[in-house]
Amino acid sequence: MARYGMVIDTIRCVGCQDCVVACKTENNVPEGYNRDWIVTEANGKFPNINMEIRTERCNHCSNTPCVACCPTGASHIHDVGGVVLVDHDKCIGCKACLAACPYDARFVNPEGYADKCTFCIHRVEKGEDPACVSVCPTHCMFFGDLDDPNSEVSKLLQSRKHHTLIPEAGTKPNIFYLT
Amino acid sequence: MDQLSRRRFLKISGSTIAATAAITGLSSIVKGANKIEEKTGKPVKGIQKIPTFCDLCFWKCGAIAYVRDGKLWKVEGNPEDPLSKGRLCPRGTGGVGASFDKDRLKSPLIRRTDRGKDEWVKVTWDEALDHIAGKMNKIKSDYGPESMALFSHGIGGNFFKHTIKAFGSNNITAPSFAQCRGPREIGFELTYGDVVGSPERTDIENAKCLVLLGSHLGENMHNTQVQEFAEAVGKGATIITVDPRFSVAAGKSKYYLPIKPGTDLALLLTWMNILVTEGLYDKEYVQKFGFGFEQFAAEIKQYTSEWAYPITGIEPTVIRETAYEMARYKPATLIHPGRHATWYGDDAQRSRAVALLNALLGSWGRKGGFYQPVKFGLPGYDYPEYPKAKETADNPNRKYPFAEGELLSTGLRDATITGEPYPIKGWIVYATNLLQALPNQAETIKAIQNLDLLVVVDVVPSEIAGWADVVLPESTYLERYDDISDSPFREPFIALRQPAVEAPHDQKPNWWMAKKLAEKLGLGKYYPWKNIEEYLDTRLKKVGLSLEQMKKTGIAKRAQSPIYFEDGVQPNFFTPSGKIEFYSLQLKEHGFDPVPKFTKHEEPPAGYFRLLYGRAPVHTFSKTQSNPILNDMMSENEVWVNADIARRYGLKNGEYIKLKNTDGIVSNKIKVKVTERIRTDCVYMVHGFGQTAARIRNTYLKGASDAQLVTKYKMDPIMGGTAMNVNFVTFEWEA
Repeated sequence: MARYGMVIDTIRCVGCQDCVVACKTENNVPEGYNRDWIVTEANGKFPNINMEIRTERCNHCSNTPCVACCPTGASHIHDVGGVVLVDHDKCIGCKACLAACPYDARFVNPEGYADKCTFCIHRVEKGEDPACVSVCPTHCMFFGDLDDPNSEVSKLLQSRKHHTLIPEAGTKPNIFYLT
Repeated sequence: MDQLSRRRFLKISGSTIAATAAITGLSSIVKGANKIEEKTGKPVKGIQKIPTFCDLCFWKCGAIAYVRDGKLWKVEGNPEDPLSKGRLCPRGTGGVGASFDKDRLKSPLIRRTDRGKDEWVKVTWDEALDHIAGKMNKIKSDYGPESMALFSHGIGGNFFKHTIKAFGSNNITAPSFAQCRGPREIGFELTYGDVVGSPERTDIENAKCLVLLGSHLGENMHNTQVQEFAEAVGKGATIITVDPRFSVAAGKSKYYLPIKPGTDLALLLTWMNILVTEGLYDKEYVQKFGFGFEQFAAEIKQYTSEWAYPITGIEPTVIRETAYEMARYKPATLIHPGRHATWYGDDAQRSRAVALLNALLGSWGRKGGFYQPVKFGLPGYDYPEYPKAKETADNPNRKYPFAEGELLSTGLRDATITGEPYPIKGWIVYATNLLQALPNQAETIKAIQNLDLLVVVDVVPSEIAGWADVVLPESTYLERYDDISDSPFREPFIALRQPAVEAPHDQKPNWWMAKKLAEKLGLGKYYPWKNIEEYLDTRLKKVGLSLEQMKKTGIAKRAQSPIYFEDGVQPNFFTPSGKIEFYSLQLKEHGFDPVPKFTKHEEPPAGYFRLLYGRAPVHTFSKTQSNPILNDMMSENEVWVNADIARRYGLKNGEYIKLKNTDGIVSNKIKVKVTERIRTDCVYMVHGFGQTAARIRNTYLKGASDAQLVTKYKMDPIMGGTAMNVNFVTFEWEA
């Protein structure tokens, strides 16, 4: 079975938020909420600064505290690509998953259900990239099957230095950042 | 320097035309904006993809608007478009927000009370345009037609320009010249006999070494530039960033030079001296194409890295190392000319130094430097000749001798205030918020109070609209046709803007307003076409295309021709010497330095900081803040304050303060961003916020306006640019 993931090149990313805007229009994310966001991490003392800019979202982890804690089974792993999804009809908005996610990737949609990145599964199932990946003007985002050694994402991980977010949480995230 | 030389260099392609492939899924579309099925009268079901081009900034990226079940859904890049290559910037991606904006202007408005009071009467289009035509005719009979001026930004102003010229005035201006890229264009024209242009002819994607001076690509989101910048970074090009602020680009740089504001020219001169003295410049290129090199070399000999160190704060070793890095990759070393170049008052000379440094590296005309843009060259519509107009009022007695090709907006403002060289009594303002675009708001308001007529055409009730006598509501770019875009670029192409949906209220496209106004002025013969479809089709048919065809593709291209000297472009320099002018006799003749010289600029008084401003990727000027999607991304600006300074003043990250300039002007409250990413002698904010138009609810008094604090400005004596990085501010705590 495929394991979908993203590889994001922080060297190319300029943090322009195009990915955030594209997600909003593609998925009608309500005003005031976002499913993805930009983090700018600057360390050091002027003028010797180290800076990483990256786009973040649900990591579609292989080890999923959000699914494990869900009392209704609304949070689940989709049968295609291991994508973590929320069944809106089953969700009671209890926020257990919001508390369980170490990445703060979820919010309660004004309609009452837990909302987050879906990897644009509706697009992926048609053979398209997620909206954020497809619009990025810097071409810093790549989407594909991490279990396929010949996929672009696998090749990038084989050839470039990379890291994941909060690896100590043990969630086995499926989004990787090239540095 | 004659007016013809501007863009004379541009090659108009004469090759055959290929309309690009039709956008798939388009076959179901009915005519233009008509989303109603003709047979059933019901909204069209399913998804329609309508090619157009973006209007969120001036870059004009090809886009595809998606309409789902008759309603606007999203906008994506058009893969056939050379500018966007199928990917828009965040503003373009959020473009649909402009259409959904709840605070849009919905119908024409006339003010019946004093100017500046927020009291309006809704009127019909006939009433509004009759009123304007009546006032314009009165101005014409009292003062002459040239007493009408047009301030216009972007391609949407083309038809208003046409009407104003037909009326008999050439007083047509945009702040994008004297308040923005003007000094750069003149600095390059004085050197190469040609301008940089827009889109910039910078070959960033092939540059092996890219030098950015204050040009914060990535925050400043000119789409093609940013795409090429990411490409260059990805390929491992050496990036050298010179900026008082650790910009996004600085974070991608091999060398970050935290320069003291106002000293860039010292660094440029020193770099050039190192290249010349150490024989690292492109000798063959300079010998072949250069004029006055010996005098130039003698003149810059004084500028050593040891001299530059205390001035710029950049260590001599770093200055030398970066010069060697530039020499190593020449001619694929690009010193980016920037765009918003109105900084310190000697900006044309600084831009000339940028041009000359590029010349030493042999990058003009070469791959990885500056390419030779090509243009499709769509013929215009054959109109009757315009009446002969009086000389423009913006630059009397040619006070700024090299203000060429475009008018000075502040010059027209001055004429409106003083009545010299002749009175300006009417303004039409199209799509530019002059309160934020021109320095010194008090002068703008003073000029406005001298007018007999102020008409503002806008999409939202902007600050400038608040001062208008008549406000004309425009449909957004997703709801209208505009003129054809025919930009000079890497390859020759044209783009069509067409409506994806209809305007939701009584908004009208600019062409309709300009045509109706002309007809009411008795100038109907200048609009021989019935509607814009006929106008566009007529122009397109001249090259064997048609509107029908363009509506399907959005883009048409001609075959590629060479864009580099090495591929056969004939090097031509339209300077007096016909060469690259290292030494400028025409500058000397007018009493200016023939080779740029460093002059020291005023420094902030104790307790004050230089106010710097720039761009955010999600906003354009002050025109996108009301867009609900983009407002959601960034609804207010912050003032960047160095962490040490913040400690000294007890400023906390996220707290609100006010800024006060040396003229005692106090800003609206603004959040403090405490950061290590800026020097201690300046503060920085994103332009376009702190708006005072109460009718745009989501932008009203959000953040602070740099424009409000720019009460001082320094004129560039060469070309009349208004330098704006010359204001100093201190902190004020909220009472």
